[in-house]
Amino acid sequence: MINLGLIDVVLLAFLVAITWAIIQLRDLFAAVMLTGIFSLISACLFMVMDAVDVAFTEAAVGAGISTVLMLRTLALTSGRSNPRFNRLELAPLLVVIAIGAALVYGTFDMPRYGDPQAPIHTYMAPRFIEQSGDEVGIPNIVTSVLGSYRSYDTFGETTVVFTAVIGVFLLLSDPRRGRRAGDALRDDIILRIGTKALVPFIMVFALYVQFHGDYGPGGGFQAGVIFAAAIVLYTLVFGLARAEKIFRRRRLELLVAGGVLLYGTVGVVSMALGGNFLDYSVLAHDPVHGQHLGILLIELGVGITVAAVMVSLFFLFVRRRQV
Amino acid sequence: MDPGLYNYWVVIVLMMSGLYVVIARSNLVKKLIGLNVFQVSVIMFYISMGKVDGGTAPILEDGFEIYSNPVPHVLMLTAIVVGVATLALALALVVRLYGAYGTIEEDEIAEMDDQDT
Amino acid sequence: MIEHLPILQILVPMLTAPLCVLSRRPLVSWGLALAATWFALATSIQLLIRVLAEGTISYELGGWPPPWGIELRIDLVNVFVLLTVTAISSVVLTAAPRSLEKEIAEQRHYLFYAAYLLCMTGLLGMTATGDAFNVFVFLEISSLSSYILISMGTHRRALHAAFQYLVMGTLGGTFVLLGVGMLYMVTGTLNIVDMGARLGEVGPNRTVLVALAVIVVGTSIKLALFPLHSWLPNAYTYAPAMVTAFLAATATKVAYYVLVRFVFRVFGVELAFTALRLDAVLMPMAILAMFIASTVAIYQSDVKRMLAYSSLAQIGYMVLGLSLASVTGLTGGIVHLFNHAIMKSALFLALACVVLRIGSTKLDDLRGLGQRMPLTSAAFVGGGLGLIGVPMTAGFVSKWYLVLAALEGGFWPVSVLILLSSLLAVIYIWRVVEVIYFQSPPEGAAAVKEAPWSILVPTWILVGATFYFGISTSLTVGVASKAAALLVNGDAP
Repeated sequence: MINLGLIDVVLLAFLVAITWAIIQLRDLFAAVMLTGIFSLISACLFMVMDAVDVAFTEAAVGAGISTVLMLRTLALTSGRSNPRFNRLELAPLLVVIAIGAALVYGTFDMPRYGDPQAPIHTYMAPRFIEQSGDEVGIPNIVTSVLGSYRSYDTFGETTVVFTAVIGVFLLLSDPRRGRRAGDALRDDIILRIGTKALVPFIMVFALYVQFHGDYGPGGGFQAGVIFAAAIVLYTLVFGLARAEKIFRRRRLELLVAGGVLLYGTVGVVSMALGGNFLDYSVLAHDPVHGQHLGILLIELGVGITVAAVMVSLFFLFVRRRQV
Repeated sequence: MDPGLYNYWVVIVLMMSGLYVVIARSNLVKKLIGLNVFQVSVIMFYISMGKVDGGTAPILEDGFEIYSNPVPHVLMLTAIVVGVATLALALALVVRLYGAYGTIEEDEIAEMDDQDT
Repeated sequence: MIEHLPILQILVPMLTAPLCVLSRRPLVSWGLALAATWFALATSIQLLIRVLAEGTISYELGGWPPPWGIELRIDLVNVFVLLTVTAISSVVLTAAPRSLEKEIAEQRHYLFYAAYLLCMTGLLGMTATGDAFNVFVFLEISSLSSYILISMGTHRRALHAAFQYLVMGTLGGTFVLLGVGMLYMVTGTLNIVDMGARLGEVGPNRTVLVALAVIVVGTSIKLALFPLHSWLPNAYTYAPAMVTAFLAATATKVAYYVLVRFVFRVFGVELAFTALRLDAVLMPMAILAMFIASTVAIYQSDVKRMLAYSSLAQIGYMVLGLSLASVTGLTGGIVHLFNHAIMKSALFLALACVVLRIGSTKLDDLRGLGQRMPLTSAAFVGGGLGLIGVPMTAGFVSKWYLVLAALEGGFWPVSVLILLSSLLAVIYIWRVVEVIYFQSPPEGAAAVKEAPWSILVPTWILVGATFYFGISTSLTVGVASKAAALLVNGDAP
């Protein structure tokens, strides 16, 4: 029995409509905003399909960071695309129709949506669902798999973020001092007090997400993004100069690198204690306890790197002068 | 028409729309938007295959028997992070390209490249 | 400690990158990076010895058995690729500082070295891993860092080349991700060995066919196989000289290995070549790449760009070896992977010398180089002979096996085509030789010194290797033929 909810059908149709609007739009600001909405609706769909952690992350990343960075890029460059290049192009259209047709051909032997007998549900997943509670000892299976069974992937993911920020440091940091941006809001007393009151709350929420990832959706990545959001808010109200006094380039670099090193060190320590790389079971006398400790530490490493990377990205894009 | 494949077909339509934007549009930011749509649709593909009928979010709790598959969720968390990392780097390149060429239209940049040599 | 070697070789460069960021000083970060790359080289030699003695090594990350956990799986095939990547990375990095001083501001060097190490990490990681999704993760580490490295070129076109590569590379990576997803969907596993075994039971259905196509397209983009090569010439031409020497010898090679691995290890000869006829697509593409790219190379006025097109042709040779689907063919392909890596990095390092002293790689500016920089010029000729495939050079060995494989497979016209395309290489190399030896230096050209020893010695080591491996083939062909047998006939338990 195929169980395809109406909400699923409607949301997917929405996504298609938005994508086609993006194709047609000449105004890039509007296109970027639609991309943000696209991400939000995707996040809703992920919720519908039970992927709560993914929904959380997609909302934070797609509707949050990506949109902010794209808008700042447009502010630094130009906001309209040249209509000369906005025609319907026949050759690319034929190419994508051909590829699309091939892909549709490939779907016919796929297991049906929601089928509990599909190979992915019967082969690897049962162990995660039935035994991760005993082997790793935390309720959120996604966190168990991400932090322990496939922790090496997550280490790679942290390294990807680290790599990207090295690139942005290389590309955008300008030895010449930039014009200070974002000073305008400073005089508004309500905003200032409001922000001062709000920032600690956001940070506490970030910590909650950081350490509650074992039990509910959340974890280092989401926490890092939320923590960075607090700093971004602070910067918008109090100006870049004040924010940069706290988060100097040197300190940010230290944190960015430190998080990756913390992650790696957990793995190295487990090797020194006789386990394989990232085998947390050896970290404490009781293997499950060790798993807890290991996941806590590596999530902290992820959180530190991600928060520092997001703040660095924001500073680098904001400090950049308009050409 | 098989309703069990509806999700995958829409994913393919989205993916190809994204690919079309990447190939056919000359504006660099627009290309990146297309790339983003392309990546998100692949994420949608994975999450769709992870869904189990009557299942719930894979967080162990008493009273639930059927959980959706956590593995695609884990994989796609990584894919989302990779996507945003790529986007940040790409946007930094766009800012620098604008500084160097004064435009973010690829066709115009290519014209200037031709004159350079 | 010895049992941790598989992960250490990836981990040491991976964790040295943040240390480089912390050190901030150009010389210190170079020292750290150098120690990490040479350590990785020593490790891969050690691994080669162990694999030859004891067979395939599996390392379970996190202590979880596959397919639940991720394993590193070192066999004869990938240990050879690991050796190639670490050897080239070490030699190029040793030569790097003098050339970088000229092209990149000194206060950014520490970040450059970090990106270099990350790129190496990504390449080693995707080679060593035994998990299909993990391939994607490390592919993206290497891709992002190579975009960064390329964008550091001095010309503004480097930025454009990096952007184009980023768009193409992301499409390629996402196609690989999609293909892995389809295979995961029909097999339920992500472990490559496990996936191969379970796919045999599934058989060639429509989803598997499309998964194969998607993965071949994705890896072909990273590999720059004709007609998906458009990012490569500009990327190689405008990247900093050292980056070109590094990437040309490693990035496409690892992409080739990923393709080989998916085709032979996951799909298997039976499925990929008999049921799905992959050779019917790849062989024409490979032959077209050999001819079109070599022909275009002849008309280039910039030597760096000419060598970039030559790389496209060489990729054609490697893929041709794959498409023949025989032990001899794959031996040729794998040996060529190694040999071309040495020859090309030798040639690009020689060009780095030229950039350092002359400031240009335009053919016109190279007139009379033979008198002005005799050692650099001779190194270029040495590498060029290898590229043509003159007997007693490494290039001859790999082409010999490709010709043999074509004859074995009953494709005698293909073996003629290999010889003909080598003639095209003679033409484009000769054009450079003529300019540097038989034309006088441009009037009023400033006197230039020979390149510094710090670059010349590594260049000549690679040139020496080009000749050494042309004469002594026990290491290259010895290992590669066993590796090819492993791939074609499957793993003996």
